[in-house]
Amino acid sequence: MRELSLHILDLVQNSIEAGADTVTLEIIEDMPMDTLMIRVTDNGRGMDETTCQKVRDPFVTTRTTRHVGLGLPLIDMSTKRCGGYLAITSTLGCGTVIEALYQHSHLDRPPLGKIVETIQSIIIANPTLHFSYYHTVNQSAFALTTQELSEILDGIPLTQPDVLVWLNEYLTQHIMNLYN
Amino acid sequence: MKTIEDLKRLREQIQSETRVRHEGSKQIIVGMGTCGIAAGAREVLSAILDEIAKRKLEDITVRQTGCIGMCEKEVLVDIVLPGEPRITYGRVTAADIPKIITQHVINGHLIKEMVVGKIIE
Repeated sequence: MRELSLHILDLVQNSIEAGADTVTLEIIEDMPMDTLMIRVTDNGRGMDETTCQKVRDPFVTTRTTRHVGLGLPLIDMSTKRCGGYLAITSTLGCGTVIEALYQHSHLDRPPLGKIVETIQSIIIANPTLHFSYYHTVNQSAFALTTQELSEILDGIPLTQPDVLVWLNEYLTQHIMNLYN
Repeated sequence: MKTIEDLKRLREQIQSETRVRHEGSKQIIVGMGTCGIAAGAREVLSAILDEIAKRKLEDITVRQTGCIGMCEKEVLVDIVLPGEPRITYGRVTAADIPKIITQHVINGHLIKEMVVGKIIE
């Protein structure tokens, strides 16, 4: 994957396929520490220890874990290439936490990429998902929850054309602002 | 800078105009497994949203789905119009979206050369 935000889309899709209805995405960029951390927390069905160990290996995919496929091995590879790691913590029946850490300044680190498009895709194409997004860049922070949006929208779908335009501009401006 | 307050005003405006706000009766579903994402599903989805905003389409629901096993034909886009079979388009790019939306979603004409499957539910 050319962008970290595509990996993020992939991770969230994994959560959804694991039956999660609540997913939290955190992106923490810390320049003084030279780290970029992506953390996805879900309340899906979780995995037992054996499965947890297997999911990094693209060739040990059984039919039951087929939905995991190449996604995690690709992220595992990209973090290791960039002085980081992929940590998978899971409790059967409770959910999964995936942490992908990168050395922020590493030459091979893929760019975060079109994160606005990723966030839009997640919240619009999964209208029943409770999704929270927290993004911090050093001291600046931005947060968005679908709960907040749906309370305001009061039944108007996110695919309403004017709402779509608002969402795109809102995300673009606030995320850009993090880097100023 | 856009704010949450803007969204509140927007909602009041939409509600006061008593515009239709039924859950879209036409559905567009994009394959978002690893295979779909790697083939450009996010760009396709963004193109769909752009088209909805540009054409002010009020009756469309957009959903995503996982890998359905036709990875080599990704990006897969399904169109479900009320009372009609679910049509699957394969190898869709963002550039195909205006055509799919105007011809199929709005006017109900299949684009036969792009269809890879039909599911009668």
